[in-house]
Amino acid sequence: MSTEQVEQQIQVSPDRKNGQRRFFRLNEIITEQTAANRSLIAILQAVQEEYRYLPEEVLTYIATALDLSPATVFGVATFFAQFSLEPKGRYLVTVCDGTACHVKRSMAVYDAICRKYDLREGKLTTPDMLFTLETVACVGCCALAPVMIVNGEVHARITREAAVTIVDTLANRKEEE
Amino acid sequence: MIKSSLGLDQLRNRYADAISCELEEKPHIYVGAATCGRASGALKLLDYINTELDKRGLAANVAQVGCIGLCYAEPLVDIAKPKHPRICYSHVTAEMIPLLIEEYLVKDNPRADLAMGTVGEGKIDGIPDLFDLAVLKPQAKIALRNCGHINAESLPEYIARGGYQGLAKVLTTMTPEEVIDTIESAGLRGRGGAGFPTGRKWRLASGQPEEIKYIVCNADEGDPGAFMNRSLLEGDPHRVLEGMLIAAYAIGARQGYIYLRAEYPLAVRRSQRAIDDAKCEGLVGESILGSNFSCQIDIIEGAGAFVCGEETAMIAAMEGRRGMPRRRPPFPATSGLWEKPTIINNVETLAHVPGIISNGIDWFRSFGTPTNPGKYHWGLPYASSSSTSGEG
Repeated sequence: MSTEQVEQQIQVSPDRKNGQRRFFRLNEIITEQTAANRSLIAILQAVQEEYRYLPEEVLTYIATALDLSPATVFGVATFFAQFSLEPKGRYLVTVCDGTACHVKRSMAVYDAICRKYDLREGKLTTPDMLFTLETVACVGCCALAPVMIVNGEVHARITREAAVTIVDTLANRKEEE
Repeated sequence: MIKSSLGLDQLRNRYADAISCELEEKPHIYVGAATCGRASGALKLLDYINTELDKRGLAANVAQVGCIGLCYAEPLVDIAKPKHPRICYSHVTAEMIPLLIEEYLVKDNPRADLAMGTVGEGKIDGIPDLFDLAVLKPQAKIALRNCGHINAESLPEYIARGGYQGLAKVLTTMTPEEVIDTIESAGLRGRGGAGFPTGRKWRLASGQPEEIKYIVCNADEGDPGAFMNRSLLEGDPHRVLEGMLIAAYAIGARQGYIYLRAEYPLAVRRSQRAIDDAKCEGLVGESILGSNFSCQIDIIEGAGAFVCGEETAMIAAMEGRRGMPRRRPPFPATSGLWEKPTIINNVETLAHVPGIISNGIDWFRSFGTPTNPGKYHWGLPYASSSSTSGEG
C-alpha cells in the first residue's frame, strides 16, 4: 500500500498543529525500518523515540501501513513495558525496583517523589509535562542499590532526600530556560 | 580487512607490539566505566582527568574499561606508568584526581595509602597484588579474563590478547562436526540457568536439513540481582561475538542476532560498536577471514518484558509479536525464529566458547566439577565489603 493510500485511509486531524509533518516523519520511520527488515517492535521503538509516546492515531496508521489489524499493533504496544500510550513528560525519572533495589527501600524513594509532586498511580506525569515517574525492573546496578535514572544518568545509593533534590533540579532547570 | 588467519596472527603481533610500545612511552589511565562505574560518577572523573592532564600539559592515554567485579569499590581508576605495575585506586573522588596526578604521575609517589592493589606483574612496596585480595584470590577468570583490563571499545586490544584466535582455528582446521564434538567433550553447559549441554543443543540444529538457520545470543538478562551478561557485554563484547561466530559455523547459520534488553543501553552501544568494528575487519560478514564462511550479526533490542528471556517468548518478540511463550515441541533447534532451526545460547555460554576452542578440552575441564566443568560468573549484589560480581 502506498503512503498516499494510507494517508487517505487515516484521517489526519486537521486541527493538530504540525499534523502533516508528524505523519511525514512517521512514514520515513516505517519505510526505513521495513527496508531494513525490522519487526513491528523495532518500528514502535523508533516511533516512540520520535514522539516520546505512541499516540493512538499513530498506532492505527502503523497498522494500516503494515497491513496488520489495529488489534495486533495495540496488542504488542500494550504488552511491553517500554511502550507508553500516554504522553510522557520532558524528562524521565526512573526508580529501579528490581529485587536488590526493592529490599534497599526503593519504593520509599518513589513515594517521596510522589508526595512532593502530587503524583499517584494513573497520574505519574506532572501537569506541566516536566517529568514522568516510572519504575523499572533492574538495571543491573544491584551493588549500588537503590538506583534512580534521570534521563539516562544513573544515580547510585539514592536516598529519599537526594532523590527529591535531583528532581527539584529538573524543575529549576525548566525555570531557567 | 583481515583476509586469512595468517593475517590475523600478523595483526595480533602488530597490535601487541604497538600496545606495549605505547605503555613504554606514556602513562595509561583506565577508568572503570561500565554501568556500575558510571553510576558512581566515572564519567565525571574522566572529565576531571582530561582537564587536569590538559592543565599540566601531560600526555597520557585515558581509556574506559569494563567492570572488574568490584562494583562496591567503584569508581575505580587504574594508573599504569611506563616501567611500573598498574595500580588500581578505589572509591576515587574528584579531589583525588589532581592529587594522584600530581603525586604519582609527576612526583612518582604511588600513594600506597590510597591504592587498592597492583594489577599484573611487578610489585610496589605497601601495595598488595589486587588478585591477592580476599575477594579476588579464590576467583579464576576465564570468560571474564579481559573485563576491566581492556578498552571495551577497542578491537585491536581484544586481538592483541589473543582475540578471534578461536574463530581462526575453527575456520582453518576444524569441521563443524569437530567443533560440536569439542564443545560436547568439554562438557560446556548453558549458563542461562537450565544447564542444557551446549554441544548437544548445537548438534540438534546442525542435523536439520534446512538451508537457513539462526544463532541467537540471549542477552535478556532480567533475574533479580543478576548482571553477569551486562558486565560481559559492557566489558568484552568481542568475546561474545567470537563465540556466536563459532556457534554459527558449527550449526551452519549465516545470520546471528543478539537479543539485548533495552534496560542496558550501554551494553547495546558497546555491542553495536563491536559488530561495526568486526565488520570493518572482515570478522563479521562475507567470507570471514578469507574462508567460505559468512555470517551477519545484528542486535534486536527488547522492549521490556521479563518473560522474553524464555526462548519461545523471545522468538515471538523477535518476530514482532507479543512476547508470549508457546508449548514445545517443536523446540527452537528444529523450528524457531521464522520457523527455521534456531540455537539460542546465553551470553556467558557463548563467552566460554572461544576459550575452549583455543585452550582445549582439558584446560576447560580443569575448572569446575566433572559433570559441570568450567567457571560460573556470579552477581552478588548485597555484599558491601566482601564481593560483588564474582568469578567467571
